[in-house]
Amino acid sequence: MVGITSYGAYIPWYRMNRKVIFDQLGWFNPATAGVARGEKSVANYDEDTITMAVSAAIDCLTNKDRTSVDGLYLASTSLPFAERQNSVIVSEALDLGSGIRTADFSNSLKSGTTALLSAFDAVREGGTTMVCASDNRVGKPGSSQEHTFGDGAAALLVGSEGVIAEFKGSYSVSHDFIDFRRAQSEIFVHGWEERWIRDEGYAKIIPEAAMGLAKKYNLNVSDFAKIIIACPVAGALKGLVKMLGANPEQIQDNLVANVGDTGTAMPLMMLTAALEDAQPGDKILVLSYGSGSDALFFEVTDEIEKVKKDIKGIKGHLAERNDLTVYGKYLVFRNIIPLEVGIRGEDVSPTAMSVLWREGKVISALVGSRCTACGTPQYPRQRVCVNPECGAIDEMEDYCFSDKMGTLTSYTGDNLSFTWDPPQIYGLVDFEEGGRLFLDLTDCSLDSVKVGMSVSMSFRKKYSDPQRGFFGYFWKAVPVKQ
Amino acid sequence: MAKGIKNEVAIIGMGCTKFGELWDKSAADLIVDAYLEAVEDAGIEKDDIDAAWFGTCFDEVNVGKSALALPKALKLPFIPVTRVENFCASGTESFRGACYAVASGACDVALAFGAEKLKDTGYGGLPDFGNLLGLENRSTFPNMTAPGGFALMATTYFDKYGLSAEEGKQVLAHISSKSHHNGTLNPKAHLRREVSVEQIMKAPIVAWPLGLFDCCGVSDGAACAIVVRAQDAKKYRKDPIYVKSLQVAVTSGEEMAHQSWDGAHVETTTRAGIKAYKEAGITNPREEISMMEVHDCFSITELSTYEDLQISPRGQAAKDVEAGFFDLDGKVPCQPDGGLKCFGHPIGASGLRMIYELYKQFQGKADKRQIENPRLGLTHNLGGFPCMSVVSVAILGSEL
Repeated sequence: MVGITSYGAYIPWYRMNRKVIFDQLGWFNPATAGVARGEKSVANYDEDTITMAVSAAIDCLTNKDRTSVDGLYLASTSLPFAERQNSVIVSEALDLGSGIRTADFSNSLKSGTTALLSAFDAVREGGTTMVCASDNRVGKPGSSQEHTFGDGAAALLVGSEGVIAEFKGSYSVSHDFIDFRRAQSEIFVHGWEERWIRDEGYAKIIPEAAMGLAKKYNLNVSDFAKIIIACPVAGALKGLVKMLGANPEQIQDNLVANVGDTGTAMPLMMLTAALEDAQPGDKILVLSYGSGSDALFFEVTDEIEKVKKDIKGIKGHLAERNDLTVYGKYLVFRNIIPLEVGIRGEDVSPTAMSVLWREGKVISALVGSRCTACGTPQYPRQRVCVNPECGAIDEMEDYCFSDKMGTLTSYTGDNLSFTWDPPQIYGLVDFEEGGRLFLDLTDCSLDSVKVGMSVSMSFRKKYSDPQRGFFGYFWKAVPVKQ
Repeated sequence: MAKGIKNEVAIIGMGCTKFGELWDKSAADLIVDAYLEAVEDAGIEKDDIDAAWFGTCFDEVNVGKSALALPKALKLPFIPVTRVENFCASGTESFRGACYAVASGACDVALAFGAEKLKDTGYGGLPDFGNLLGLENRSTFPNMTAPGGFALMATTYFDKYGLSAEEGKQVLAHISSKSHHNGTLNPKAHLRREVSVEQIMKAPIVAWPLGLFDCCGVSDGAACAIVVRAQDAKKYRKDPIYVKSLQVAVTSGEEMAHQSWDGAHVETTTRAGIKAYKEAGITNPREEISMMEVHDCFSITELSTYEDLQISPRGQAAKDVEAGFFDLDGKVPCQPDGGLKCFGHPIGASGLRMIYELYKQFQGKADKRQIENPRLGLTHNLGGFPCMSVVSVAILGSEL
């Protein structure tokens, strides 16, 4: 038996009510009134496809042993790097080690389910693969996509031990259906007419995959407790439900109303949400879409209850939110407008790649050292113990801080340092199990920060060096939401 | 057993330029100006100088690396010249090299110099720290600035000693206001206007909770000292000033990586102070120190320093501040010349500027700022941040 063994998700903290967008640009495109409902998730200035994938993967690994993972696939249409593997940046942030297979799946919205299918193939002989789907797409100002796009990620662990949802089968169709396209160098998608996309795209291609699956495995639509259709267009979705002969209760919420169209992540985020409520014996149908369609189906097992504990998933992340009420901030976070960053913003020192390579997981996975003589965790990795009562030399073992909780010992909101979201908040964090780190904070406002508050670690973009085509990734402290 | 530097060295001449936004002065101009004042004050010739030390910090945007800028500006004739740097303690570090040289008998007359042209960086505030803290730290240090690094100590100090933000800021405002008053009495200071506590409390925030007037400015300046062995001092003048102690303490790295530091004081200042008082033979600093020039890069630094140097008990400095204990007419005047608050902080020069003020005070040449019969004076510099710093403490006296 091969299938899903755990699940996790990530939704950014900022949510922008779509009326905020309409208030700014509705005068230009009044037709967007039709999509200006609900809210969309907006990745913070220090988040991207990679950081969201890391967060979703950490959620998925809540009750799992990381050393058992021997593959990581990352699916997205918004990967930061065209040549520098993005999936290995994720696997190194998770400290999965080097003896694993990593792969990027990209360029269509169905690449998440394609990655999932490849993972099932990979684990047939044994082993465990993590599949992350993450997207951080930018809709062109004035477009419907600006309203509907949302940022998010999901992660599914796939293997043959402790399976919670058995993979029963799939059927895939591929079409060069050019509803949306974006060349390598472009930021915004181009789209063709919406009615043509509905009639020739969603209405024909998704059923083609669904019928193919039904025929291959002799299935009826009524067999399924939940049907996941990755169609973000309400009208087209309604038509599909009718065409498939499904009941509305079977249809999994596509999250457009309160998260958005999360692209490649959408089918896997919907699947995560379905698993959160699933009962043993439930059959789940997944229909992705984008340059074709993958149809997959699963059967939930008795193991499902054992895995749920402490996973935040979709529900947990939906609850942790903050209103983004300033459209200008969104434009700046997504780098859509040119901005006067001043001498401090322009002055970015070069990063030494040889230093990053040598430091390795010290930077990517927040791994310091613990002195075996006195037990003190310390960061960065040291040879000489920092404990003034100890001072032992070369008696260290690796010690990971990224999964530990801490409290804030000091903080400030700095208006002088350059940041895309002033003030820059940082401080000293004392970890519950020992050790102290000096970190930036994120996903919080200055007036909510207090000495003594609890924080957890989050993988973020620390700085960008656009002239040299580089981002620095590192960990920041995030206040634990009550 | 090392006997320390007490009473081994005397200062026989000093020079100090005006500090400020000196757009029309190069580093070489400032060096020559300070030098001319010092050699006249000491009554010596260039050829009398056996060795020199040169302290400066931001060499990348200033004089460049190595010691070359000093001898080239002054045409020092092929003598040993050493470039030193220890963040904001660079000036005192330069003084320390010169003092040890004459005390050891390696030479008879040594020159200690500090100069910095910060206004050529184009920054309001200090330049970006990108590589200031080394290549590794580029990837892991938070996105901080100097004000922020010190503001951290303010939030923790307020929290630890139960001060509301309003109460805390009021104490800090008194400290800055007092220094601004002293600056009005000093023709060499950059800022020479009274600033009220109310103005300071209302000023825009730079890094919470520090506002504009809680932060010293950046400026240009140079200062220097000429030192000889104590027993030779009276050959040069009747009122040499004697070095009682020179101490430097640098962090072990534990404040920012080990939970033992409470975040509400500066450990390096504390350790340097203990060693300095021991070297100088001082047992009751609050009673024995007549005046101080401490490193008021930020008002919170000065507040902590009062306690770190054992002038005020831990957590009690606020009471002394409000009582005017450190005002010019108080028991232990602090920043009689106006401090970094009024002079700004040309990094290499500040330590020597502080010594210059005490030197003039001892000699009765402090004009409207004159303190009555000072016996012992202390200077203090802090470079880095409270969680990671280098501190120098120097104690001077008018008698052997």
